[in-house]
Amino acid sequence: MPESVILDPDGLQSLIERLQARGYRTIAPTVRRGAVVLADIAGLADLPRGVGDEQAPAHYRLRPTEDERLFAFAAPAQSAKAVLFPPDELLWSGRRTPEGGFSIEPGEPDGAPIALIGLRGCDLAAIAIHDRVLLGRASVDTHYAQRRRDAILIAVTCGTPASTCFCSSMGTGPKPGSGADLTLTELVDPHRFLAEAGTPRGEELLAALSSRPAGPEDSDAAEAVVAAAVAAMGRALDTEGLPELLSAGAESPHWSDVAARCLACSNCTSVCPTCFCTSIEDVSDLTGELDERHRVWDSCFSREYSRLHSGSVRTSVASRYRQWLTHKLGTWSAQFGTAGCVGCGRCITWCPAGIDLTEEVASLRELAAAAAGRSDTVPTDSDVLED
Amino acid sequence: MTAGLAERAAPVDPMLPRRFHVVDTHLETRDTVTLSLVPEDGVDLAFAAGQFTMMHAFGVGEVPISISGDPAGGVLKHTIRDVGAVTHALVRAPRGAVVGVRGPYGTGWEVERGAGGDVVVVAGGIGLAPLRPALLQLAAHRSEYKRVVLLYGARSPEDILFGDDLDLWVREHDIDVAVTVDYGPPSWTGRVGLVTTLVARAGFDPHTCQALVCGPEVMMRYAATALVDRGVPPGRIRLSMERNMKCGVGLCGHCQMRELILCVDGPVFDYDQLAPLMDIREL
Amino acid sequence: MRTIAEYLPEHPFFDGLDAPTMDLVVGCARNVHFDEGSTIFRTGEPAETFYVVRRGDIALEVHDPNRGGLTVASLGPGEVVGWSWLVPPYRWMFDARATSLVRAVALDGACLRGKCADDPVLGYALMQRVAQVMYGRLQDARVRLLDLYGSQP
Repeated sequence: MPESVILDPDGLQSLIERLQARGYRTIAPTVRRGAVVLADIAGLADLPRGVGDEQAPAHYRLRPTEDERLFAFAAPAQSAKAVLFPPDELLWSGRRTPEGGFSIEPGEPDGAPIALIGLRGCDLAAIAIHDRVLLGRASVDTHYAQRRRDAILIAVTCGTPASTCFCSSMGTGPKPGSGADLTLTELVDPHRFLAEAGTPRGEELLAALSSRPAGPEDSDAAEAVVAAAVAAMGRALDTEGLPELLSAGAESPHWSDVAARCLACSNCTSVCPTCFCTSIEDVSDLTGELDERHRVWDSCFSREYSRLHSGSVRTSVASRYRQWLTHKLGTWSAQFGTAGCVGCGRCITWCPAGIDLTEEVASLRELAAAAAGRSDTVPTDSDVLED
Repeated sequence: MTAGLAERAAPVDPMLPRRFHVVDTHLETRDTVTLSLVPEDGVDLAFAAGQFTMMHAFGVGEVPISISGDPAGGVLKHTIRDVGAVTHALVRAPRGAVVGVRGPYGTGWEVERGAGGDVVVVAGGIGLAPLRPALLQLAAHRSEYKRVVLLYGARSPEDILFGDDLDLWVREHDIDVAVTVDYGPPSWTGRVGLVTTLVARAGFDPHTCQALVCGPEVMMRYAATALVDRGVPPGRIRLSMERNMKCGVGLCGHCQMRELILCVDGPVFDYDQLAPLMDIREL
Repeated sequence: MRTIAEYLPEHPFFDGLDAPTMDLVVGCARNVHFDEGSTIFRTGEPAETFYVVRRGDIALEVHDPNRGGLTVASLGPGEVVGWSWLVPPYRWMFDARATSLVRAVALDGACLRGKCADDPVLGYALMQRVAQVMYGRLQDARVRLLDLYGSQP
């Protein structure tokens, strides 16, 4: 296990410059239009210094912190999903040939390799889940593979979870798990970063920077950050027996209840870092000579999603919400070996109806427990027959 | 996590279609056509009975279509019904047209599991097309099976598919074929009634048979129930399920039915696995 | 060669009836056949018979003045034809035509009704079995109405 080192803010700036010098796009949290998003940054100055966030169901606000911290917020509005798995990807473009056939050119992901800086533990775990879904089975998403292979991942310990966060329940944070090239923990007084390499590439990056070895007071401070974050965690999800609860609850009255609130707007699937559903679209032009095949994000909340030629299988919002939750927290593990949820809380924050899946699961449990003690007979009315 | 990805050979992109040329187009019924295809690169598409491909009409789109040809070899056949923009384009593809094909994908009928016993095939409407490769395989290996029975329900006499094949199977391959229609005009002297009602009195031994069922989901439910009522174990009944498919390779999420990903785990499943799922509405 | 008394208890319709009950039924039975193309019964005629089909195919039809006989169901060996003998006004609702040589056991409706009135156990058993046949025919008809093989939603 390589030693942890301490970088000062200049060291972090230097790291960014070195990555850029090697031709990497440096993508990190930055403030755009009132939200923290992941976007290309030029340097340290673009990071959200002194910015914190308030997240609650259907609520997101930035608010200034009283200090110089660069990562004093919880999950950025968008995860790394939009970077590694873009909403619209050109798979190939085809052109008709004079002989009546057509030629095909595979689409190439935009050139520069990517360095993602400031990934939260939840988002890092989500990338690992996407690796399993998109790379780890018989058929591989080669466009994701290309972007992913050269990507550098620099994670950051979360010190300020939001009220919607529950990464502790899902085992994905607040300290990032394995898989990052580097993991940073931001410390104050003085402002510095504890840096740990997780891969040979991370070690190589660190070796080129000026740093000092981390001392016991640094490690203690880092542990205190994690402990404070765990204590401040906004929500919890009881994951006990979730797949069985959801599969047994297919006919629960709860689904109609949540459907009365859910707009099927698919915000949740857009912001969820593990959702991966896509649609394939062939885009032509007026001449009919061209055919571009695109992979675009899709959502199981859309009525079109389950369309067969004579109609959709899931027409009711209740069935669509049931599909999403059952997949995310239940059948996902049968398919991919882990839960689909990483506890980032974005689906709660960005749901315009403020639906909280930790509460929905709690309701399902209550209803299941109540139903278990009840008989199935229809209650009898009085002997007098009403009209 | 991604350890080893850089070291692995570059994975093949499953989304690139292969070009196939239409060498024959045969009008089966007023809205259904069988296309015969040969690969432009000369590499035949080997498949198991029951598998499907993603067929691509240039500039229009892609749809999953079951292969309806002979798994033993020969030209690649797909029987396509005109029900939407892509199938409309495919059904109207002339000889010489070039279409894209990806596949074959999915699980097949596993016809061999019926060896040594009776095989009963229940087909409804266009469902006979995905079953045709299984019937060709049964005919080619006829001596490995005892009684082979085909129960086929069509909407009306003019919707009956593969009439020549039906005659051949009866005449030369000792396959019992019973055809019934939902509605018969006065000139029709054959059977009228739902195909599932033929299950009760067809000549096969339910305790040693393998059943293959394909058609609209409602029809398959009734057929499977009728087979179980007759004593066929649910694990010996195979159904071919259908859901919206976009990629055909398990990456897009669309064809899920609970934890089952139809294009990878199916589309053909044993009924004992499906029965509890088929009871849940809008699953 | 078997007698009616030997054959009838083995027919699926009578499965589960004890010997004394079967004797009552056999007492109302006679052996019949219909040549290919012949009419077994016509719509509107008095319905006094219930046929247990041994061999051959029967088309149940509706006669349309413009189009002739329209088949609504095909029935065959192992099946029973006719239940109008059981419910008033005891008249056939369809035509039945033998589409091949048909051999059947014909059960006299009045005879059976009389015996059912005297023996409620027989009555209930026959009612149950007829109800089951009707249920199967109704399901067949209803599901066919869904036009599952049709092309448009």
